[in-house]
Amino acid sequence: MKRSNEPIFWSLFGAGGMLAALIGPALVFITGIAVPLGLVFAPDTMSYAHMMALAQSWLGKCILFAIVALFLWHAAHRIAILLHDFGVHAVAVVKVFCYGGALLGTVLAGYALLAIGS
Amino acid sequence: MSNRRPYIRSMDGWWKRDPYFIRYMAREVTALFVAAYAVVLLAGLMRLSQGEAAFNGWLRYLKTPWMLVFHVIVLATFVYHTWSWFKIMPKTMPIMFVGGKRVQPGTITGTGLAAAVVACLAVLLIVGGVR
Repeated sequence: MKRSNEPIFWSLFGAGGMLAALIGPALVFITGIAVPLGLVFAPDTMSYAHMMALAQSWLGKCILFAIVALFLWHAAHRIAILLHDFGVHAVAVVKVFCYGGALLGTVLAGYALLAIGS
Repeated sequence: MSNRRPYIRSMDGWWKRDPYFIRYMAREVTALFVAAYAVVLLAGLMRLSQGEAAFNGWLRYLKTPWMLVFHVIVLATFVYHTWSWFKIMPKTMPIMFVGGKRVQPGTITGTGLAAAVVACLAVLLIVGGVR
């Protein structure tokens, strides 16, 4: 019997879902609402210098990479199932579109973090 | 050849038939917003690697009214994601026993939500402490 690749995608889905459930609301509030509006946090919280310092450290690289990549893989798996629910049964096309998109985003995030250097 | 015309019930709008399906759909649709938010962050990361001017452009873009409205909607869906994630956790994780007794679904959901509140507060405090 051919081995299923489902556990890999499900693990990434689960890890991303857990990360989003634990810290997602705080992240969206900080990056999308509070900092752009200048509320709560210091105005330079997300300044170029601060974000570069974060992205240049290995811990920071890991955090940023994990957030972007796992969120994408989580969403990709759910959207693949959602498309099935709405009657899109072209399994191969759906998988290439969803998982391919997540893979592309993962590669781009990794490339950007490597380009930033240390 | 065949004159049979078997009745096939349409699946159109199936998820509106039952409140349970509607909750399922609401939970799954949060993925679209998680994906959109991840793309915004990815764009920021790529802009960051392209230099200060590029990154400041991304920061200015976040301040546009449309992006602020977008993020308010994203925040609402993330909160719903957190709530629904731990709501279904008793069904998605292996059955757990503590001291010979099965851990109740309410305990699992409650513990998960409490962990999320603590984690969110920790993130807010850590980011708030960076100055």
